[in-house]
Amino acid sequence: MDFNFTSEQDMLRDSIARLIREQYDFETRRKVAKSEAGWRPEMWAQFAELGLLGASFSEEDGGFGGGPIESMIVSEEFGKGLVIEPYLQTVVIAGGFLKHAGTAAQKEENIPAIAGGERIFAFACSEPKSRFDLNDVSVTAKKDGKGYVLNGQKAVVLGAPFASHLVVTARTAGGQRDKKGVTVFIVPKDAKGVSTRDYPTVDGLRASEIYFENVSVGADAVIGEVDNGFPLVEQVADEAIAALCAEAHGGMGVLNATTLEYSKTRKQFGQPIGNFQVLQHRMADMFMAYEQAVSMTYMVTLKLEEPEKQRKMAASAAKVQIGKAGKLITQESVQIHGGMGMTDELNVGHFFKRITMIESQFGNTDWHLRRFTELSNG
Amino acid sequence: MDLQYTPEDTAFREEVRAWLEANYPKELRERVSRDQYTKEDFLTWQKTLYKKGWGAPAWPKQYGGTGWTSTQKYIFQEECARAETLPIPPFGPSMLAPVLMAFANEQQKAHYLPRIINGTDFWCQGYSEPGAGSDLASLKTKAERVGDHYVINGQKTWTTLGHFADWIFVLCRTNPNARKPQEGISFILVDMKTPGVEVRPIITMDGGHEVNETWFTDVKVPVENLVGKENEGWTYAKYLLVHERSGIAGVARSKKGVERLRKIASVELDRGEPIIRNPEFARKIAELEIDLTALEFTELRTLARESQGKGAGPESSVLKIKGTEIQQRITELTLEAVGVYGAPYFRGFPSESGNQFPIGPDYAHLAAPTYANMRKTSIYGGSNEIQRNIIAKMVLGL
Repeated sequence: MDFNFTSEQDMLRDSIARLIREQYDFETRRKVAKSEAGWRPEMWAQFAELGLLGASFSEEDGGFGGGPIESMIVSEEFGKGLVIEPYLQTVVIAGGFLKHAGTAAQKEENIPAIAGGERIFAFACSEPKSRFDLNDVSVTAKKDGKGYVLNGQKAVVLGAPFASHLVVTARTAGGQRDKKGVTVFIVPKDAKGVSTRDYPTVDGLRASEIYFENVSVGADAVIGEVDNGFPLVEQVADEAIAALCAEAHGGMGVLNATTLEYSKTRKQFGQPIGNFQVLQHRMADMFMAYEQAVSMTYMVTLKLEEPEKQRKMAASAAKVQIGKAGKLITQESVQIHGGMGMTDELNVGHFFKRITMIESQFGNTDWHLRRFTELSNG
Repeated sequence: MDLQYTPEDTAFREEVRAWLEANYPKELRERVSRDQYTKEDFLTWQKTLYKKGWGAPAWPKQYGGTGWTSTQKYIFQEECARAETLPIPPFGPSMLAPVLMAFANEQQKAHYLPRIINGTDFWCQGYSEPGAGSDLASLKTKAERVGDHYVINGQKTWTTLGHFADWIFVLCRTNPNARKPQEGISFILVDMKTPGVEVRPIITMDGGHEVNETWFTDVKVPVENLVGKENEGWTYAKYLLVHERSGIAGVARSKKGVERLRKIASVELDRGEPIIRNPEFARKIAELEIDLTALEFTELRTLARESQGKGAGPESSVLKIKGTEIQQRITELTLEAVGVYGAPYFRGFPSESGNQFPIGPDYAHLAAPTYANMRKTSIYGGSNEIQRNIIAKMVLGL
């Protein structure tokens, strides 16, 4: 058992931290989020240049030899900077599908392009009525000669406005909620019949509603097994949860530090408000919640390779803990900042919104408590 | 970073498991399950561990410690919990011993430490007083220097297992004129057989006798029994409290407790089905298990820091708060799970032996008393509110 990072991992963290400090300060992020484009392609190119996009791929796949721990480090540091660009969707999710189930040709075509920053992915899994159930798929993919034809709508596809390609879940067999009959496809966003409605999200990201109208893809667009893509979707979703937990605890750490600093400088009744025990105990609780969140991020990251049931329980446990810690820390941070915590000017509200949205990405606290309970009761 | 046990660790686990299986007294297991242990039980078990060389795994090797890695210590704790061995009280090996190692003179170390590890002396703690709980520094028990002796007068309270103890370590006021209450306190070792020491039982709401009042009336103690320097006892007292907290998470025992709770909840019926199928109850167990996992990994991170020589800092307050909250929730849910059979009560009645008069399932007998008893955990060892003060001051710098 070992909880230490290697010196390469420490270097990776330091290089991201420097980049965020120098080029991703809060004011810049705020401006970019409100700009027409909503992101900075040149920042993505820098991520590629620094090796962040290839860090979690093995060398034989065209990466730099890392894995989930590298993803965790990148995600945590990105969380501290409220990074907008779609690292999760491109590297963790599309990268995850490719790593686990990509053919040699698919890996060769996509992984170096991801690591090099040329290819950006979004994950079209949610639908207007599916809520958090990834098996609830009504987008259809009908066999057509050797290939498939896709029809239907995907909802709130984060990062899609920036993406060149989509990973899409579609139904090739069975009923709307059947676990069997889900197949995963890689679809270029500019394929004929794909249309999008792009929009900003409350936490400063961008997303799209995506419509598929008789979109033809070849048999080589399928990633993983036909009709049996769901176990793969669940595995990648658990990996995405691990990265989201890291992003969330990165943000929570900033909120705790900011709130603590504020409590030492803001004076009321002739003294810093941090002198008041009622606030001290709440900040002690925030500190504990943060520590538990970090522990759970490590836990899930280190258990991603365990058998399915253990992996799912780890991911759900972590998502529950991070969801609860996130609520506590975001709400208390705003409260302790008082009126200033309500403003758009401070970063507090921006972390509040991002961490709140993370709670409902890939299943919220209740959804995961239920999954955890069902799994632990056999 | 990884969670893999090395082949050596796995072999170690097997060795510990087999040894506990062969050497833990069966009759002791029986008595512990009925909460009827004696002083001799503790000392016998300590002697057995000592003979194996496992008397004090956490101690440095020079004093008879095992030299185990932090992973091995963790495995040992897990295996003891799994075998439900009698927990060794912390007063001697975990609380006093680190203070002696850090601050006592050579003669004191040579005399007291072996007697702790080999199961000769049973120690208790003389810290709290009727007027000094969380505000420990306001203690009033007085030690006056008269020739070669200190003469101690005053009263300690909440002396856990004081009625078993051979010795007590006592915080006394040696300089009543010091500028601050923290100054002028000394750390003194007292033989419980000294004339003038009197132990009076306190019966707690669970009906048990665990804690006591300890009275000191003109108790003459040789000056050699002072640890470290006169009037600097507060430093040693705080040192001890940090050490006390680092072992206090109780993860391994809590895991066992959750496992037991699950077993009970899968046989207790609610609307004709195991109560574990009741969504409200199942949710409470799930939340408990998730919090316990978070605590476990926080403890593992702390151990990793310690093994790099960074030491258990004030972060150990997190382990104390979260660990005790979880211990309390386990007993609370166990009592909920047993339903109406939480009520029958035999302690102190002629039918106490229980075997003569079994009412309800075995696992229900102690559910309510244990629930009541475990409320102590968020009060002792520095109440959980005091722990939050420590985090605010030492970690957050407030």
